Amino acid sequence: MLTFLSRRLVASIIVLLLASYLVYILSANAGDPLAELRVGTAKNQEALIQMRAHQLHLDIPTPLRYFLWLGGILQGFVGHFTLGVNVQGEPVTGQIADAVVVTIQLIVASTILAIVFGILIGITTALRQYSGYDYTVTFLSFLFFSLPSFFIAVILKAYVGIAFNNYLADPHVAWWAYVILPLVSGGIWTGIIGGNARRRWMTFVIATLATLFAVVFVAVTNWLETPTLGAADILLVAIVAGGLAVLITALTTGLENRKSLYTALTTVAVGVALYFPFLAISDSLNLLSLLGLGVVAAAVGLLIGWLYAGYDRWQSARTGAIVAVVTGLVIVANRLMRSWHTYVEYVANGRPIATVGAVTPNLDDISTNFWIHSLDTFTHLLLPTISLCLISIASYSRYARANLLDVLNSDYIRTARAKGLNQRTIVMRHAFRNALIPLTTIVAFDIGSLLGGAIITETVFSWSGMGNLFNQALKVVDVNTLMGFFVVTAIAAIVFNFLADLAYSALDPRIRVTA
Amino acid sequence: MSNIPPIDPQSNEAATSVEVVENLEQAPSAIELKEVEGLSQGRIVLRRFLRHRGAMISSGVLIFVILLAYSAQGLHLPGIDTPGWWPYKFTDTGNVINGGVPSWKHPFGQDSLGRDMFAIVMRGCQQSLMIVAVVGIISTFIGVVVGALSGYFRGWIDTLLMRLTDVVIIIPLIVLTATLGRKYGASGALALALVLGLASWTGLARLVRGDVLGLREREFVDAARVAGASPWRIMFVHILPNAIGVIIVNSTLLMSATILVEAAISFLNFGVQLPDVSLGSVIGTYQAAFATRPWLFFWPAGFIVIIALTINFIGDGLRDAFDPRQKRQLNKAARRSAAAAREKAASAARAEKAATAQ
Repeated sequence: MLTFLSRRLVASIIVLLLASYLVYILSANAGDPLAELRVGTAKNQEALIQMRAHQLHLDIPTPLRYFLWLGGILQGFVGHFTLGVNVQGEPVTGQIADAVVVTIQLIVASTILAIVFGILIGITTALRQYSGYDYTVTFLSFLFFSLPSFFIAVILKAYVGIAFNNYLADPHVAWWAYVILPLVSGGIWTGIIGGNARRRWMTFVIATLATLFAVVFVAVTNWLETPTLGAADILLVAIVAGGLAVLITALTTGLENRKSLYTALTTVAVGVALYFPFLAISDSLNLLSLLGLGVVAAAVGLLIGWLYAGYDRWQSARTGAIVAVVTGLVIVANRLMRSWHTYVEYVANGRPIATVGAVTPNLDDISTNFWIHSLDTFTHLLLPTISLCLISIASYSRYARANLLDVLNSDYIRTARAKGLNQRTIVMRHAFRNALIPLTTIVAFDIGSLLGGAIITETVFSWSGMGNLFNQALKVVDVNTLMGFFVVTAIAAIVFNFLADLAYSALDPRIRVTA
Repeated sequence: MSNIPPIDPQSNEAATSVEVVENLEQAPSAIELKEVEGLSQGRIVLRRFLRHRGAMISSGVLIFVILLAYSAQGLHLPGIDTPGWWPYKFTDTGNVINGGVPSWKHPFGQDSLGRDMFAIVMRGCQQSLMIVAVVGIISTFIGVVVGALSGYFRGWIDTLLMRLTDVVIIIPLIVLTATLGRKYGASGALALALVLGLASWTGLARLVRGDVLGLREREFVDAARVAGASPWRIMFVHILPNAIGVIIVNSTLLMSATILVEAAISFLNFGVQLPDVSLGSVIGTYQAAFATRPWLFFWPAGFIVIIALTINFIGDGLRDAFDPRQKRQLNKAARRSAAAAREKAASAARAEKAATAQ
């Protein structure tokens, strides 16, 4: 293992050095960093050019200037780490640090969502292989592979962001929404659940009616503007959390396991009972204490499951913990919804979904409330996150589907079927976990490359993350900034690649890391 | 798991349906084996490809787009200079009619200088398709040579070439191409295509290396070596034709990625520069006009999607065609005829049995 680590490290450093030399030469030759000054009309033009040339050491030939830049990094060993200065003369390190924070904010949510939905879609399509649903999803994922990212971004801006804001300005549900949305939802659920003709029809009718009810509910209560029923919210929370609890139990242990089901329902009851106390203290919370509450909730769920005892009490305990966290999330979502109207009216001036930037200007002057700030982050993240997600979902769902199909056709699954296990146990416990192993590699690799920022998405949505930094730096041929950008992305790629290998060997005992 | 719950009828039903699918899969492959008896590998692949409906439709659409683009704006190569049938050139300015809204005279509309959008989009298609083709050829060539050399010779050549590949692969493709495009984009679309080709061969090199590493241990390579063939002959005459599936499929997928990369860097204005246009640069130029004049955006974007989608589907069809383990469900008609054939064979067997019994 140690030999593997050290060999890997040495190889990575050599590759990194060579690649950075290549990038340095390429970016230094990409254009003229003095171009904007040359065409300028400033009186002291000559002096400005002189100054910048001196600051960027343009008098030294490029192949040698690289070593000056490298020297700045190597001085990190004696405590003078520097990545040089950009064309404005500001240190690159600070710029990069700011951009990385913005980019991380942007990619965390989209990565998590892409993984969750990609796996869900992958599993459902694998289980319904060669069905109409499978073919439709396959076609859609091909379509998303073929869409340029700026296309998705611009479309989302116009037809989701602006359209939603326009709807809020004049809340009126068009007649076709009552027809098309329920039918589409009915079709999707029928495709996913499948079964014989009778069951398909049942699914279709139930899903269609349920969606129709939801649309009518939204229209009647003007839900998108004021998504709260006042004190009656507690009923809503109870219904949603209870439904989710039953679903989670069905997937994790099966509804036949009564202890598990009771655990889940008890956990929901405890959560609902704490609803009003939570509302009372909610204004004094922040992100950290909220996460702390989440951990406490998980512990309580675990305890409830444990107390129900029975033959495999840890199963119930695990279900309890998951249900507790989900119930907490439902309550938090409800709390956010209670602030929505205030946010729309007073912060966003009636147009909540932001199409540019990462935060409302001067937000701190308007409000310091945690929930308002969270909503602001949400509305700014929504569109970029969706546009980053869609493409990742397309590829993850393909991988998950292929892997799951591969696993489902393997011998040990046949053995599991032969010994009489039911479909849920086989899919969730035997197949699903093994199908996820190859996916970890791809996800880790993707995160590494995402840290380079979504150059196009950031440009369209005016986020000042890593992608935007690169774009702006390349426009004016700002070599030091470009190099700083490259160093961060390259190291991230190397590290995550390495983590992917380690994760793979940890998850799959058949794979061993060798030097 | 000590608690095995009673099997409920639903999960039982789902289990049988999976088994049915498995049987269905095996049956056509048996039939297919019968069908391909006595055919060469190339014929089998061609036949499988022709049967892939998505790939066939896509090929038709792609050929139509190519013909449309090159006939509408004419073919301009050294020595060849044909005028297009479309009355406007992509550089012609004119009067803006009715705010440039699409009309019979200008079916794709006009931009603010009165240029005809159809002409611009067709020229953009030409350039984007040319870039895709050139990048495909160059990066396939480099990737195959690098991959074959390192896979065949192994040892220090392999180490050297693979570290070189690592050096290029660690630079994000869009960063590498944008940096190169910043310098060479102004020298014309062909120069841009050449440098893009020099940047995007890495993935293919790795795949070809992996394939060659496996193939070089096979008996037919030993046989060639014993017969006295030179390493080059073994590599290019014996090994690479066996890796042709990997090469063709992946260079197709590489081309569909290229059109998106080209569109992205041209969108950022690091690609093809005015007065010449590519599909990405058209969108980059007019993106601000999206809200007021969406046709400036939708037509070029639509053509990017069409080209990328068709190439992707063709790649998928090729993958299915080349994959010998391919277990593809036949379409309904084929399945019915397969079932009929099975039925016939079974009844023939029964008849035979009956005959022998008598």
